[in-house]
Amino acid sequence: MFDSPIKLILGLLTGIVFGFLVQKGRATKYEVIVDQFRLRDWTVVKIMGTAVIVGSVGVAALASAGMTTLSIKPMLVGGVVVGAVLFGSGVAILGYCPGTSVAAAGEGRRDAMVGVLGMFAGAVAFVSAYPLLKPVINGLGDAGKITLPQITHTSPWVWVAGLVGVAVAVAVLQKRKRLVRRVHGNGSAATTGRAAHANP
Amino acid sequence: MVALRAKSWSPYAVGAALGVLSWFAFATADHGLGITTAFENTAALLLKPQLPAGHAYLTAPGKTAKIDWEWMLVIGVFIGAALSARLSHDATKLRVPELWRSRFGSSVHKRFLAAFIGGAMMMVGARLAQGCTSGHGITGALQLAVSSWVFVVVMFGAGALVALALYGKKDHSDVR
Repeated sequence: MFDSPIKLILGLLTGIVFGFLVQKGRATKYEVIVDQFRLRDWTVVKIMGTAVIVGSVGVAALASAGMTTLSIKPMLVGGVVVGAVLFGSGVAILGYCPGTSVAAAGEGRRDAMVGVLGMFAGAVAFVSAYPLLKPVINGLGDAGKITLPQITHTSPWVWVAGLVGVAVAVAVLQKRKRLVRRVHGNGSAATTGRAAHANP
Repeated sequence: MVALRAKSWSPYAVGAALGVLSWFAFATADHGLGITTAFENTAALLLKPQLPAGHAYLTAPGKTAKIDWEWMLVIGVFIGAALSARLSHDATKLRVPELWRSRFGSSVHKRFLAAFIGGAMMMVGARLAQGCTSGHGITGALQLAVSSWVFVVVMFGAGALVALALYGKKDHSDVR
């Protein structure tokens, strides 16, 4: 029924840092989430992309040193694809994702609190309707707990290096863009206006 | 200390810190960041005594609901965000976000109904796929799981289409 007290405390501490960071990252704002889907505000992609790249280096190192075990979710075609469609649609309507809903509720946003209630209702519905949902989850093919390195017969480090390469390329391009903008009289009024919205 | 009171940090700094937090989580708990399993487990703990014998959930493999690391993580997220918002005077009692108001009006009922339905859809979707923006989007993706990369791409496509259907191509950025 319960994890060990130490594990519970570790979970709580990790969560506090997680929530603090999400709030500082402004991912608790309805407009930031919805405008990511509308391709007008790239905050969420910047946060998640950096988290994945930085995270992948350390977790690959921990795993190869035998200091952690990976937990890969199975590639159940029905569950993942149907789930992702429902999930993305739900996030676009609510305007917060699960972690940011809880964080936005912590920030005091009343609509996010209602969203968290809806999430709980969804969880109750999922457990109750599991006999009906099981064929959707499992019935459309199961490729197992596979990773990109496994299916391409490559080392995980090739992929980690590739991700780091993407980060470096983006950083270089951004820097060049800023230099060009400075040379050409810091860009159009529209760009400046949008930048002001992104970071008021 | 000044940084703790700032209203916002660079998204790259936040992302990097979340990456390092993932190292910490894997090193100390063999676990990455994730939110929705805890909701399923809470529902399962409450519902299990009432489910009829032979209900498929009771015999499903890997469904052992308990109050665990991830359950406490969710509580922590609430506390951490509340702390950050209080320190920066960013706390709010907002019921209808500005962008929503500009498109759908100021009705609180309408907004709350959409939030409830959206939250429920999102949770059912996450449990079908066994992960959310955190569990698949960060934790699964950084472990290079195929399921997680598929999830992220399909989720983003669906979300973009629904956002386009809700808001159209008009900018609406004048509201902020």
